[in-house]
Amino acid sequence: MGKTTIAAGLAQALANEGKSVLLCAIDNRSDIGEAFGLSQLHFEPQSVSGNLSLMVMDTESALRDYLRINMKIPVVTKIGPIAHAFDFVATAAPGVREILTIGKLCYDVRENTYDVVVVDAPATGHIVGYLAAPQAINALVRVGLIRNQTDWMLEILSNPEKTGVVIVTTPEEMPVVETLQLLKKLYEETTVQAAAVVVNRTLSDLVVPRDEPVLAGLSAKRPDEFSTSSLDGLFEAARLSSAKNTVAHEHLATLRQGLDDDLSVIAQPYLFEGANASSIVQAVATSLGEEI
Amino acid sequence: MSLREAIASSKILVTCGAGGIGKTTAAAALGVALSQSSQRRVLVLTIDPARRLADALGLDGIGNEVTSVKEVTGPGKLDVAMLDTRASWDSLIHRHAPDEETAQRILSNSLYQNITGRFIQSHDYIAMERLYELVQLNQYDLIVLDTPPSRNALDFLDAPNRMADFFSSRLLRWLTAPARGGMRGLAAKPFTQITDRILGAQFLSDITEFFVLLESMYAGFIERAREVEALLVDPTTGFLVISTLDEAPLHEAAFFVNELEKRNLRVYGWLLNRVLPASLSSPSLLWAINELERASLDDVATDLNVPLTQLSTVTKSLVANARAWSNVALRERQLISTLRSSVPMVAVPSLDGEISDLEGLFALGQRILDEPFVLEFGDDQRSESA
Repeated sequence: MGKTTIAAGLAQALANEGKSVLLCAIDNRSDIGEAFGLSQLHFEPQSVSGNLSLMVMDTESALRDYLRINMKIPVVTKIGPIAHAFDFVATAAPGVREILTIGKLCYDVRENTYDVVVVDAPATGHIVGYLAAPQAINALVRVGLIRNQTDWMLEILSNPEKTGVVIVTTPEEMPVVETLQLLKKLYEETTVQAAAVVVNRTLSDLVVPRDEPVLAGLSAKRPDEFSTSSLDGLFEAARLSSAKNTVAHEHLATLRQGLDDDLSVIAQPYLFEGANASSIVQAVATSLGEEI
Repeated sequence: MSLREAIASSKILVTCGAGGIGKTTAAAALGVALSQSSQRRVLVLTIDPARRLADALGLDGIGNEVTSVKEVTGPGKLDVAMLDTRASWDSLIHRHAPDEETAQRILSNSLYQNITGRFIQSHDYIAMERLYELVQLNQYDLIVLDTPPSRNALDFLDAPNRMADFFSSRLLRWLTAPARGGMRGLAAKPFTQITDRILGAQFLSDITEFFVLLESMYAGFIERAREVEALLVDPTTGFLVISTLDEAPLHEAAFFVNELEKRNLRVYGWLLNRVLPASLSSPSLLWAINELERASLDDVATDLNVPLTQLSTVTKSLVANARAWSNVALRERQLISTLRSSVPMVAVPSLDGEISDLEGLFALGQRILDEPFVLEFGDDQRSESA
């Protein structure tokens, strides 16, 4: 899908505008740091440029933070037994891991530590579990400290000016189906709103309709001026683009049909260059920057 | 050696890899090809089939129940089923609860509904349960299991074990003990004091009630977790790791191969899907691009009876497009030539469109099954496969 690249590009584009940005990877195996020259991400944000910082989520550290801030329990050394008990509770009590993750992110938003927090979320199937965690906790936990805290999290998550989900997809069948399913689940199970759908790897038409007869003529006639086989490869490449495009148009139509009219759809061009991660991110940042 | 030979006596084939690489289609294609080219009775258990896949198989849809693909006329037989997490959990509870009343109390417990509906670990566990259940039926020669994207594939491999560990843990015994012997004693424990302040006593007692209800099923959970584990390490079970030639899925696949081998699980092979045709990275294409770029178009425009500017726009697009694909193909070729895998690899080409019928699935499946395995890709193997 290129979800991570889009997240990185979005964060970079916002940072380019002068905003202070925290880019957070949920998955500790995320390679989002590579684009910024970091081989290893930590829970403690690392600054990569003036106003862009990167971190990776770690629920155990989030728990430590939580206990320190809310319970005034400084957990410095003896995390062992707590981690063990925590693992147990997290397995037994659904949503504990998720609420800690969401809680940490919402906390950074509430405290205005950064202008924008960009989250490289887990794969499609998981994100609703995270975003719905406050409601799940509300449904399950009737009293206690956590219960009191879900309210301000919900306030942040429900406010479209503060929280929005950007869904990254490609113009292919399954990604489009999954995008529409995700939107439905977001709507049904959370209070969070979708901000935009980015359609990544979009090809543009080879030629404008007016020029199509010329292309067809060239293809049919293969003028003598060119050596016999030399045009074959070029038309092979053209056929590949047009085949992919035909399929893509069909899926894009399905996507648009399934979306609310006011939800913006951003087409992100297929990046052909065999470029390195950081230049791809810059290119995405530039093209997304124009759209924001 | 080919995949067909590698899985000749296999009973379970698990396909795994990143999302969006054609994994589900490959699993279905293998099912179609094997059931039409051998006597085997095949079941494809998929996670989330696209509408198009159901259509291609001639089905109205694919549900939690096993459905026969009628269009497959033999010599073998093909069944498909989708994994519906919630429905599978419910049926598991019905089957294994000691009595109907306990089943109903579990099903209506809010914790149960949250666990099964929302949280992904439950998905991993139930996939293994379902696999086990279907193996027990003893109706299939081969079960092809399509898995969720591999970021959680490890969870999925570990799920039975984790579940067993969880149910046999002292902490759980200790947490549920008071419910059996009265709440006294629990409140004094420091762990409870902390969790109580954070989560509230009500929640803790809800958890407790839930696990006390489930307790009647503990033994069964643990036993099946062990048996599923045995199933996975059995020599008749193996994995097909799938990726495209993009950095991220390749990375993922390499990671997965490594993890499977660490666990002594059998990897049949690594399928490189949707490889671009070799012609796109051939020197003759680059030569043709240069030729067209430098060509004088005046005569051609006259020949074709079109304005020169229009022709020039068209050739520029052709050149730009060919150069772009050639760059992608060259990058693929570079990636594929540096792959050194400890497991056999096989590459299948990118298709022009999407597969929309049984013939298409059959052709893809046959190709995957019969393409010879290689340990590295020289240019020869690559052009053969592309």
